Amino acid sequence: MLLSLQNVSKLYTLGGVEIRALDGISIQIDRGEFVAIMGPSGSGKSTFLQVASTLAVPTSGSITLNEREVSAYNEVERARLRNKYIGFIFQQFNLLARTTAQANVELPLIYAKVSASERARRAKEMLELVGLSDRVRNTPAQLSGGQQQRVAIARALVNNPELVFADEPTGNLDSKSGEDIKNLLTKLNKQGRTIIMVTHELDVAEIAGRLIFFRDGKIISDKKQKKKQGKKV
Amino acid sequence: MNVLLVALRAIFINKLRSFLTMLGVIIGVASVVLLTSIGNGLSAFVTEQFNELGANTVIIFPGDVFGEGGGISSESTATSIANSKLTQREVTQLKRLREHVAEVAPFNLQSDVIAHGSTKKRTTLLGTTANYETAFNTKPEKGRFFLDSEDADAERVIVLGYELAKELFGNIDPVGKRVTVGDQSFRVTGVVEKKGGGFGGPSFDTYAYIPLKTFFRAYDTSKIIRIVVKTKTIENLTEHMAAISSELEKSLEEDEFSVVDQSEILGSINQILSVLTIALGGIASISLVVGGIGIMNIMLVSVTERTREIGLRKALGATPNLILLQFLIEAAILSFFGGLIGVAIAFGGTLALQAFLPAKVTIDAVLLAFGVSSLVGLVFGAAPARRAAKLSPIEALRYE
Repeated sequence: MLLSLQNVSKLYTLGGVEIRALDGISIQIDRGEFVAIMGPSGSGKSTFLQVASTLAVPTSGSITLNEREVSAYNEVERARLRNKYIGFIFQQFNLLARTTAQANVELPLIYAKVSASERARRAKEMLELVGLSDRVRNTPAQLSGGQQQRVAIARALVNNPELVFADEPTGNLDSKSGEDIKNLLTKLNKQGRTIIMVTHELDVAEIAGRLIFFRDGKIISDKKQKKKQGKKV
Repeated sequence: MNVLLVALRAIFINKLRSFLTMLGVIIGVASVVLLTSIGNGLSAFVTEQFNELGANTVIIFPGDVFGEGGGISSESTATSIANSKLTQREVTQLKRLREHVAEVAPFNLQSDVIAHGSTKKRTTLLGTTANYETAFNTKPEKGRFFLDSEDADAERVIVLGYELAKELFGNIDPVGKRVTVGDQSFRVTGVVEKKGGGFGGPSFDTYAYIPLKTFFRAYDTSKIIRIVVKTKTIENLTEHMAAISSELEKSLEEDEFSVVDQSEILGSINQILSVLTIALGGIASISLVVGGIGIMNIMLVSVTERTREIGLRKALGATPNLILLQFLIEAAILSFFGGLIGVAIAFGGTLALQAFLPAKVTIDAVLLAFGVSSLVGLVFGAAPARRAAKLSPIEALRYE
């Protein structure tokens, strides 16, 4: 078992009102799984992603990643944990402007104290994996949305993480680029990557092998499903 | 090392903003170094001029120059010149002190118009004795200084300053030619070599020298406003000065004259100059602080503008300390290079100013301005850096 949440709750106070964004969630995710998380806005799926990826700290409950109890980690420990074990794919890509694709992909390696030559080698390798070996020197402004997201995926994978979190990875893309990204994620999962993806698009969720529905901070359904291929484009 | 790289990259990505941030520090450092270099240069120049006179030079002023304030006050100097009680009698008295005094050179000044043909110039006439040439190190470049005998006979001879001779005669040799002062005709015996200096004020190069007796007759006076004395030895200067004072007290009241050695004059001039330098440097260092606030301002804007970037870096594994370090290094680099450019500009400015002023860049001023600017960068960079380090990655990533 790679990731396990036991009775995890997260409370916010927003304008004096207490919001229970996660309400006693328990879930186990195995290595190699592709999990899609769906639910209406405010259902707690984004909070789940933040807490499970250690970007946020749960109010109560326990989280174990790779048999390590991480819910009590301090900020520095969580930063190192994310750097080493977790990759992020964002809806907004979050690439550094005016910075080449290669330098963007290298970013996690800088904080992992990897040497410059090794950073360059691994970044190029990852860009090749996502099919952008001819765009190494381009800046985000010179890339299409789909290409930018592929750079972001290369960045998420460059440190060889145990777990990849994707937050609406196709949400900012046209349908053709969206299919592109779906195929890429499918390919990565086939290579053994564990992916947890939040999405509100059903056809995107269909590529995952497990579908979890959230509502009011609780899991209301958790089902295995047959992975569907994205359309060939 | 990697953080340094990250900081450098951030600076280069925003070239214009980085330059504008540095500008405050550049101006601050340049003005501090430049102004102190002017002050220090003036001080060095004055010292040099006084040293040229020789350490055994004593000057007798009319009135009580060092009376109350302890420094040379221009007001008391001005009134004491007008009411000077020094005359030829005191000069004769001093000349008698052979075991103390080597040379006595009195003088008086008068502004008048000097003419050669149709060329007229306003000049300062200095009436003095022939030994002024040696006492004041005033060597003739052409011809000769006037002689004792010419002074004794009150002859109408004149020695021109370097600039004055050029303005009146151009390239013609003035020696032996005649000039008119007031309504009297004078024969030029020589031209004094270039002395320079003056700082835009009166320079000896525009003066003209005539014998003291001739001066007395021409302006119907018997007053002397300064007596320059070269003492016999340098070692027993205090003794010589005491002898001079007691000799003068035979004919004058105690508050009607002052015997001053160069170190006193030099001391009080340097005191004024150092106060001036500190004041100017102080004003200039305000601009350094303003430069620091500029860094803080831009860094705060930069942190806000790069909120998402900070959030991303944190999500990807940057610890708060690394973020803090990145922004601190950015601020330090900006202020360091700002300081470097500022010092370079001050050097250039000093070189340009040397045509008019004896400016001189001192290493202390450079180190001080440099140190202060780097410190300013760190101090004012600290607040924005801490703000960046404290950002929550989730909030930061959500920031639009």
